[in-house]
Amino acid sequence: MGDVGLEVTERAPTLSGTDDTADHQLVVRSVSHTFPDGTAVLRDVSLTVDRGEFVALIGPSGCGKSTLLKIAAGLEKQTSGEVICHRDNIGFVFQDATLLPFRTVQGNVELFAELHKVPKAKRKEMARAALEMVGLQRFEDKYPKALSGGMKMRASLARSLVLHPHLFLFDEPFASVDEITRARLNDEVIKLFTSEQFAAVFVTHSISEACFLSSRVVVMSQRPARILADIEIPFPYPRHQDLHYETAFVDKARQVAQLLGEA
Amino acid sequence: MALATWHSSDPLQESGDLQEEALAQPAPPRRARSAHRFAKATLGPLAILAVIVGIWELVSYVVLDPQRRFLLPPLQTIFHQAFFIHSNLSVLLSALGVTTEVAMAGLGLSIIIGMLIAIAMSEFKSMERGLYPYLVVLQTIPILALVPLVGFWLGFGFTARIVVCVLISLFPIIASTLFGLQSATRAYHELFDLHHASRFTKLVKLKLPMALPSTFNGFRISAGLSVIGEIVGGYFFQQGKPDIGVLLDQFTAQLNGTMLFGAIFIASLLGVAVFWTFGGISSLVVGNWKE
Repeated sequence: MGDVGLEVTERAPTLSGTDDTADHQLVVRSVSHTFPDGTAVLRDVSLTVDRGEFVALIGPSGCGKSTLLKIAAGLEKQTSGEVICHRDNIGFVFQDATLLPFRTVQGNVELFAELHKVPKAKRKEMARAALEMVGLQRFEDKYPKALSGGMKMRASLARSLVLHPHLFLFDEPFASVDEITRARLNDEVIKLFTSEQFAAVFVTHSISEACFLSSRVVVMSQRPARILADIEIPFPYPRHQDLHYETAFVDKARQVAQLLGEA
Repeated sequence: MALATWHSSDPLQESGDLQEEALAQPAPPRRARSAHRFAKATLGPLAILAVIVGIWELVSYVVLDPQRRFLLPPLQTIFHQAFFIHSNLSVLLSALGVTTEVAMAGLGLSIIIGMLIAIAMSEFKSMERGLYPYLVVLQTIPILALVPLVGFWLGFGFTARIVVCVLISLFPIIASTLFGLQSATRAYHELFDLHHASRFTKLVKLKLPMALPSTFNGFRISAGLSVIGEIVGGYFFQQGKPDIGVLLDQFTAQLNGTMLFGAIFIASLLGVAVFWTFGGISSLVVGNWKE
């Protein structure tokens, strides 16, 4: 592991995360990946994400963003290169809510604590706290089928939050919800990020979502994906929806769009 | 981290949104409307029943002359003879008891064997590859053709009858359970992989509960088949305590049309009861979460 410090330091995490002693939560070093059928998806990708950093991954569809995320989480094994992160507690938010239909909201949110053998009373309390954070405290006894798409997504966020992971990976989580719900869920993510200050990697197709959520936008190329650009988005957190209409924001979005156009 | 300090910037608006979302659920139907729906649902079947009874009585009283009326006895004669004469009724009921007992024992065995096979197939790809062709064969060959062979090997008693029940009711349980076990998508598996869950944990906490709706469907189909298997077995083997199958054969031989129909009605009732019972158990277990 060398000089990569993975211990959680006592130092207050910085939201900019640019100094040298920053708290690395994810280090991806020269990772390349080829599917079993011979398709090259990633070529020499390097990326470091610190605690308090929110990185949006954006690129042409099918370029391998999700594959990079899965490799980071250890769900897939890269062909070459190195990934360093704490694998025992990663928050991973899937494209679909993937709630277990046979468990109540409460039961779903408790799942990870249960898998980590947290005692029943304690995990109940943890789940309740997580549900409160996403505003679902009155829906704990409902089964997923009774929830709207947006509420399912919130329950899914609460589930990932329950163990307070230091690294959060989002795999295009809000792609299938309507625009209004999506804006609300983005606010939710900003709030959670501001209070928990995890390190986040958020895969998205939306330029405005990428710029709104992240402190860095990483633009990837066509398959096999390389990193084309790493753009800092310097607006302070917590952010509000009004940010979308500010000139500085529009300029950043245009810059990302142009890079994507060249991808 | 500041867990409890985070709250919505505008709690009123937030709870308003949630209420709105909650209201979007369909409201429970009012009593009047459900009564109306019930009438609508039952009226059609009742009309058809009336037509069938009408044709039945017409054929029995008008088309058939009295000497041949045993071919289709009038309904009230059947009900009177079979269900209101004590000695006749007790013959039918004791046969019903035997049939129920054997069919349920066979079904129970089918459930145990079928679920174990399905679990093995879902856990081990080699098992699935190896067993699948034979399951297709089991489903394709006319199982009734095997009934004589079962008797030939195992004698014509209780065991042979149970084996017939198992043979005939096994496939739906394996197929539906296997389908259910494989219904969890990749993302669900990854959810558990992220937290290094063992295969056993995944089986118990993910695959088996996911399989329940489909498995119960299989139970319901197999329960009906098991009853059929029992009656066929009894009809063919003709030994041991008389079941409905034995009665069907006896009453046919005696040209006793009324009792033959009585036995048919009671067998049908058993089939319906078994189907409903398993439907009821299923909705008790998975009803409140099944999509």
